[in-house]
Amino acid sequence: MELVLDVLSWICLLGGAIFLLIGAIGVLRFPDFYTRLHAVSICDTLGAGLVLLGLMLQGGLSLVTVKLLLMFYFMVFTGPTAVHALAEAALQGRLKPLVDNREP
Amino acid sequence: MEYLIDIVLLGLLMITGFAIVRMRSLLAVAMLTSIYSLLSASLFVVLDAVDVALTEAAIGAGISTILMLATVALTTDVEKAPRHTPLLPLLVVTATGAALIYGTLDMPHYGDPAAPVHQHVAPTYLHDTPADIGVPNVVTSVLASYRGYDTLGEVTVIFTAGIGVLALLGYRTRRRNIQGPGIRKLVVLRVIAKLFFPLILLFALYVLFHGDYGPGGGFQAGVIFATGFILYALAFGLGNAQRVIPHQLLRIMAAVGVLIYAAVGIESMLLGGKFLEYRVLAKDPVTGQHLGIMLIELGVGITVAAVILIIYYGFVSRRHSGDM
Repeated sequence: MELVLDVLSWICLLGGAIFLLIGAIGVLRFPDFYTRLHAVSICDTLGAGLVLLGLMLQGGLSLVTVKLLLMFYFMVFTGPTAVHALAEAALQGRLKPLVDNREP
Repeated sequence: MEYLIDIVLLGLLMITGFAIVRMRSLLAVAMLTSIYSLLSASLFVVLDAVDVALTEAAIGAGISTILMLATVALTTDVEKAPRHTPLLPLLVVTATGAALIYGTLDMPHYGDPAAPVHQHVAPTYLHDTPADIGVPNVVTSVLASYRGYDTLGEVTVIFTAGIGVLALLGYRTRRRNIQGPGIRKLVVLRVIAKLFFPLILLFALYVLFHGDYGPGGGFQAGVIFATGFILYALAFGLGNAQRVIPHQLLRIMAAVGVLIYAAVGIESMLLGGKFLEYRVLAKDPVTGQHLGIMLIELGVGITVAAVILIIYYGFVSRRHSGDM
């Protein structure tokens, strides 16, 4: 049982780390503001979420898990909201999204 | 393993420092200083100084970033190019840096348990806290009880800073509640702000009254409390935030916090003890200590929250009454 939990938690931790890495690469490589936001939002939700889930599996049934759960709840709400607010502010500031105008 | 984390964090700190120096866009610099504070906070966590980390994260990464962004919004967001050659300043900085590095050669090694700072009064505090004060968090017992005078001084400094900002920036009452067209559209932000506003205040109270047992205390709680109201003001406009907690009330609160702190000291004098000697506050010395710490932490929290909100109101009220 312990082994199964360990394996599951490691899968979650590594998965989270991979998503964080993908998000970081996306921020560096994507061409404009809106696409970069798209990359960042992965870090906040999937990346951090999976890492927290992995840590919860390590914590077992304890107060630590409850606190991690609260953090998870907090991240799930605040991350997408922050990205949404940023995108909204950019639109208000008349930042044009990069559009591919070539003929298909 | 811990060395590896230290090296990575310190390296990132250095990179951030260089980036701050090189950047010309002040908006980017404000965000980078926030990152710098967050990295420092992580470093404090590695050093097991969670109380300091909580303060650094709340003040350094949170409030100062907001205030810096407010300053940038009031002034300009591009740094002016220097008019003179940077040779002389560079020379001065290099000489000072070299002297500082030379000075560190005589200092005890990183994490050395035989360092003078660990030999002086720290063992006494660690040894006496359980019997004298009976709180698990020694940081709180040192900060609020053994070093009560110093903390009273710190709170007075914060109060004075609030008065200074008030004198410099002033506070402009606004005739009508101006709201940008953008704000009105941010439905998602408003719903989430409304959802989290009570939770942030609840967390601030938890940090305040749980400071004896875990990381936290008056300073951190005050900052978190103020952050809740700043979030509210950001989402719903300054006018609505002022209807919840008006500026006149804040000015009174800032003074009340310091007065609560000093009153606890005078009360203990009246009861036959020395200034800020909490053990006389109740029949049982340990209960007296608990009561005293609780009251002065409350005073610290009230002053810190009020002063931060005064500064924030000062900045934002100028912005809206100006050219906006």
